[in-house]
Amino acid sequence: MSKKVPQEEYEKTLSWRLRQWLDGTKDPFLDNVEMKPQKKFSEEKELVVKREKEKERIRERVYDVRHNAQMRYFNKFYKVFSVLFCLVLVFLLLVAVSYLPTFGNPENPVNNEVAARYIESGLEETGAVNIVTGMILDYRAFDTLGESHVLFIATCTVLILLRNDSKKKKKDGEGGETDDLENDRLHEPKNDVILQTVARILVPFIFIFGIYVILCGHLGPGGGFSGGAVIGAGLILYLNAFGFAKTERFFTEKTYKKLSFGALACYCLAKSYSFYTGANHLESGIPLGTPGAILSSGLILLLNICVGLVVAGTMYTFYVMFRKGAY
Amino acid sequence: MQFVQNFPFFSIILSLFSGPLSSILGGKKAKWVNIAVISIVGCLSVAVLAFVLSTGEEYVYMMGHFPAPWGNEIRVGILEALMAVFFCLIMLLSMLGGEKEREQEIEESKQNLYYVMVDLLLCSLLALIYTNDIFTAYVFVEINTISACGLIMIRQNGRTIEAATRYMIMSLLGSGLLLLGICFLYDLTGHLLMSNIQEKVRELYETGGYHIPLIVALGLMSVGLAIKSALFPFHSWLPDAYGYSTLSSAAILSSLVSKGYIFLLVKIFYRVIGFDIVRDSRVVDVLFVFGIAGMIMGSLSAIRENNIRRMIAYSSVAQIGYIYMGFGLETTAGVIASLYHIISHAATKSLLFVAASGITDVSGDSTSFFDLTGAGYRNKLAGVAFTVGSLSMVGVPMFAGFISKLLFAQAAVESVNKILPTLIALAISTILNAVYFMKTVIRIYTPEKRKVLKQKQYTTVKMKDQPVKSAALICFIALNLFLGLFSEPIIELIQAGLEMFA
Repeated sequence: MSKKVPQEEYEKTLSWRLRQWLDGTKDPFLDNVEMKPQKKFSEEKELVVKREKEKERIRERVYDVRHNAQMRYFNKFYKVFSVLFCLVLVFLLLVAVSYLPTFGNPENPVNNEVAARYIESGLEETGAVNIVTGMILDYRAFDTLGESHVLFIATCTVLILLRNDSKKKKKDGEGGETDDLENDRLHEPKNDVILQTVARILVPFIFIFGIYVILCGHLGPGGGFSGGAVIGAGLILYLNAFGFAKTERFFTEKTYKKLSFGALACYCLAKSYSFYTGANHLESGIPLGTPGAILSSGLILLLNICVGLVVAGTMYTFYVMFRKGAY
Repeated sequence: MQFVQNFPFFSIILSLFSGPLSSILGGKKAKWVNIAVISIVGCLSVAVLAFVLSTGEEYVYMMGHFPAPWGNEIRVGILEALMAVFFCLIMLLSMLGGEKEREQEIEESKQNLYYVMVDLLLCSLLALIYTNDIFTAYVFVEINTISACGLIMIRQNGRTIEAATRYMIMSLLGSGLLLLGICFLYDLTGHLLMSNIQEKVRELYETGGYHIPLIVALGLMSVGLAIKSALFPFHSWLPDAYGYSTLSSAAILSSLVSKGYIFLLVKIFYRVIGFDIVRDSRVVDVLFVFGIAGMIMGSLSAIRENNIRRMIAYSSVAQIGYIYMGFGLETTAGVIASLYHIISHAATKSLLFVAASGITDVSGDSTSFFDLTGAGYRNKLAGVAFTVGSLSMVGVPMFAGFISKLLFAQAAVESVNKILPTLIALAISTILNAVYFMKTVIRIYTPEKRKVLKQKQYTTVKMKDQPVKSAALICFIALNLFLGLFSEPIIELIQAGLEMFA
């Protein structure tokens, strides 16, 4: 015996909304989602002409194409020579590769005592179950130290190129802010419910997964570089769904600076200690722990965290700089 | 193990650490950190040089707890320590000389990023000098490339952005070729450590195995580094990059960045492959031909140029040509001459850039050749400095450039097949150098008419007005005279270092 539900109560249930949606009587997204059709990209003819003129002017003023014979010849031969050069290089490299040792042959020179020691005693000497991590963060940590600074300096160069400091000043005055917001979201709808809902569900998992990959870098596949990239991607997704107003609450330029400085300084100090003790044949006194435990393998866990922070910050900063030129 | 032996490692880590540190400091503080780091590293390098000279043998320094083929290591000899000392000295003087321009031309909020670039550039140069591992070298080549791009484009006008783009494309092509070469070598030898590769390469060479890939690897690495250091046909990025970037960037790029790559190439020739194998492979002949072409074409371009900064930049193409020609002579004497020229050109070229900025300052900030008339009277010290630099570049006795030309000529005599082309190229190039440098010197000492002076409102600058720049210029002049008058000990050091190298 089923109980009869009154109409008003029935209208509150999910099944009624499903019914309506199936019938097509009500669109659940109508009035809830801002569904502004994307603005078509159009340009006034005058602007195009002006731009072309500017281009022409630059060509004439800077290169002086008409009087610059060298440039003229260069342009003529450039295409032919670039194709020729590439073909020659490709041919040369292919020929050279055909003379290299056969791939996968156990007699190859690469299968020597260096790789053997990494595989045989890597676990014992570094405490990392993942041999690759042990190799990049312990045996050859100096290279990785350089590599993390490559990321850092790449971010700095992007900051030099794209950070828009003049806009910030305008913002302190008047009228700058609204311009900023409008420019930022010219071609996309604000507060997209679908994106926001998906992001709300996914982002925590992405972060947790990224943290897992970083923390377990010495136990299984993963490490600072891959985990940091995952976290960076999560940050970018979050930013896309909720906008700068939300991310600015926890990630500003200051945060990035402090984060990257902290991580790199930590890496630098930790490794300096181990380089110094190693070179002077001193005991480092850092326990390796039991292989397989999360707190094991000496400094590797700490270094992985540092690298992860740097990579995540780099990814996010690149995205933000290309999008807006400021945090 | 003595404490001094840690110093190369300390200098690398110190400059590496100061990069991120500068990123959180303000521009002023970052500048002081930078100057302090360069000076400290310079002092440390002097101590290292003294130590290596006293023991008379090189030593390797383990970077970590694992010995060489497994872990990283750095290697310190006389030549490495000498280069580190000179690089620090020239970098310090260039930074001091370009102080005012930096403050004017770079946005205030981005000042500290400039010092981040310079700190990491210093670190990468030191690592390139000291490393004994070819892959570590590649990692620091990357840092070097990116920071050089940053140095070019931090003065943001259209031309520097374009120059930086060009530089990046060419430089990445060079890095790519270098990396391919390293991959080939690794596949053939199974090692990344320089000494081990050399052992294996010698073995392969004697048995005749893998001859073709070995030559290709050597060729790829040489061409890659030649592109990165702007050898003649690959120099198209150079004039804009040196001509329009801020002063200290131009000085550092021309005198240090390209030299770092050349030093790495010397290292590859001597420590990775072995110079006799390089000689037999005839790769040096290619470098010889392009070096000679660069000596002449670079000077011809410089003669045609009316912008003084670009003129000095084109002269770099010619000087890089000299260095590669020295390698091409196939003798140890030739390499010694090239290494000496690395030092003397670095000292002279940065002097010329700083002096040229002093000259253009008093000519209404115009870099055009025709506006420079009489500038030597308006800024006396800069005029003298420019003259000294020019005389050194032309190769007048008493100055640094003379000694390197003398060494090149002496080395050419030893090399039987190449004596004639080398001497002819040296003669032609010297005359061409004289044409464009003396033309400028005469121009800056031709008195300008009173009327024009009043009309254009040129200013006069005295030494007191810019004490830092004047001090830098005086140090540069002294360095040039020192290299020209007391070259003997330095040549001996290079000789001893090169013997240690092989």
